[in-house]
Amino acid sequence: MMDGTKNFDDALTGEQKIRNFNINFGPQHPAAHGVLRLVLELDGEIVERCDPHIGLLHRGTEKLMESRTYLQNLPYFDRLDYVSPMNQEHAWCLAIEKLTGTEVPRRASLIRVLYSEIGRVLNHLMNVTTQAMDVGALTPPVWGFEEREQLMVFYERACGARLHAAYFRPGGVHQDLPDDLITDIEAWADQFMTGFMIDVDGLLTENRIFKQRNVDIGIVTEKDILDWGFSGVMARGSGLAWDLRRSQPYECYDEFEFQIPVGKNGDCYDRYLCRMEEMRQSVSIIRQACAKLKVEKGDIMARGKMTPPTRGEMKTSMEALIHHFKLYTEGFHVPAGEVYACVEAPKGEFGVFLVADGSNKPYRAKLRAPGYLHLQAMDHVASKHQLADVAAIIGTMDVVFGEIDR
Amino acid sequence: MSDALNELGQHIEMKRPDCVLSFDVTGGELTMNVTPANLNGFVEFLKTDSQCKFSTLVDITAVDYPGRAQRFDVVYHFLSMYQNHRIRLRVKIREDEMVHSIMDVHPSANWFEREVFDMFGIIFKGHPDLRRILTDYGFRGYPLRKDFPTTGYTEVRYDEVQKRVVYEPVSLVQEYRQFDFMSPWEGAEYILPGDEKTKEDAGK
Repeated sequence: MMDGTKNFDDALTGEQKIRNFNINFGPQHPAAHGVLRLVLELDGEIVERCDPHIGLLHRGTEKLMESRTYLQNLPYFDRLDYVSPMNQEHAWCLAIEKLTGTEVPRRASLIRVLYSEIGRVLNHLMNVTTQAMDVGALTPPVWGFEEREQLMVFYERACGARLHAAYFRPGGVHQDLPDDLITDIEAWADQFMTGFMIDVDGLLTENRIFKQRNVDIGIVTEKDILDWGFSGVMARGSGLAWDLRRSQPYECYDEFEFQIPVGKNGDCYDRYLCRMEEMRQSVSIIRQACAKLKVEKGDIMARGKMTPPTRGEMKTSMEALIHHFKLYTEGFHVPAGEVYACVEAPKGEFGVFLVADGSNKPYRAKLRAPGYLHLQAMDHVASKHQLADVAAIIGTMDVVFGEIDR
Repeated sequence: MSDALNELGQHIEMKRPDCVLSFDVTGGELTMNVTPANLNGFVEFLKTDSQCKFSTLVDITAVDYPGRAQRFDVVYHFLSMYQNHRIRLRVKIREDEMVHSIMDVHPSANWFEREVFDMFGIIFKGHPDLRRILTDYGFRGYPLRKDFPTTGYTEVRYDEVQKRVVYEPVSLVQEYRQFDFMSPWEGAEYILPGDEKTKEDAGK
């Protein structure tokens, strides 16, 4: 009996037969980065199937946009990917400017680049540090949020709001930046590169536990990128040097010097390294933009039908007053047509497909969020991984439900 | 830029005259009107043809034009990371028509097609799992159609007595207001009290 010659069939009841196990991950789970519900089918601890249920944060943004003027729609973009609000606004402004054929003044363009890159750092700070928290490190998010706080103060000093900026406007940006703000951003950049980046690098990059949890986890190949429509770091982590700032330059990115980091293995660890390097590159762009902004003064809005007159003008000119009133009630009209405008948001390609019918409201606006496609591939990427890796993969996919659920 | 796109458009039209109805290049963007028949083959062609190489599906969406016989535009965006260009396909369909799913060619079409189904009620033939995606479990109606009210038909609240969430028809304290600030000189049609008389007078 005990020599192993006999099998134990007699003791095996129907209950003990091995069967797959379904678990419900979320909607309230700290590693879900928002309200994500995953229905996971597990074989032991191995994920067999993963069915994401999304839409818990669906607010009907696209429907709401159809009954509001172009300018009233702008703040909705802050509420999509609330980790890097201004990058979304950028896509909306670009779409409108493309249809109306508006030329953005030089200084506004520089400010937009500056704040887009601040948005990128904001996003990567959040992502890298909370992903580290998902795999067991508690310190990085505490440090990261402190840096984020400082950046949000820069947001506040430019537009008055820490998160819901509404700062990029069709035709430029809302207000000019004061000189001391630019000096402070530069000072922050120095402090960030010598402090936080080195600290986190030292804490995570060669950390044994961090590497065990991330290396060779969630490998994405070139075929996956094409099949599942990945963009941003999800594509660059696997060696595809695809960055819209470089390949299809918008704004004035073509005159900035920056490198596009690419990964080699396409796993979670490479994506982490890419994000870290992108932050360094962004800081370098921030520095270049600050240097340019110091010397290049000028107006920050293409004055015309789409943008309000200056306060001073309104005090003296009746036409300016009427124009201001009409702009903020009726809004401006956009010529009929269809346009697709996209930006390299920190998470990937964020696009706006705008159908205008010539009135003051968009006929239809479709928001193309990068996270939507990334999360879609969850089943493909997470299958055959351990349950614990699901958290690491969600973290590295960089999903934010504001933009996925819209 | 637009020259290259024009050339590309002509190339595609020449290769697949059965699928392409027309194309135009506006604002540096190539748009093709495509027939719904054999859409799958056409997308496959775009993906594999060496001059096109539209290997990435960027977006699928729809636009509702209730006044038209062919009510919906289904719009596809593709990107080629290799050739660095984009294309937009527009498929016009009637309300009772179905579109062929392109999931065989681009697996990423899955959620996009589910979303279009959810929002517009357009059915994709051959889609293996055409469930609703963004709206609530058990939701009825197609929210992004123009005849769907922005407020919706039902509202939810937590009922203290029943200790669960209950669904009720929407009751608005005040009607949902759509402000129309269009200038009366530019096409807004206000009917002021008394205006109807002028028409009657004109009839006499």
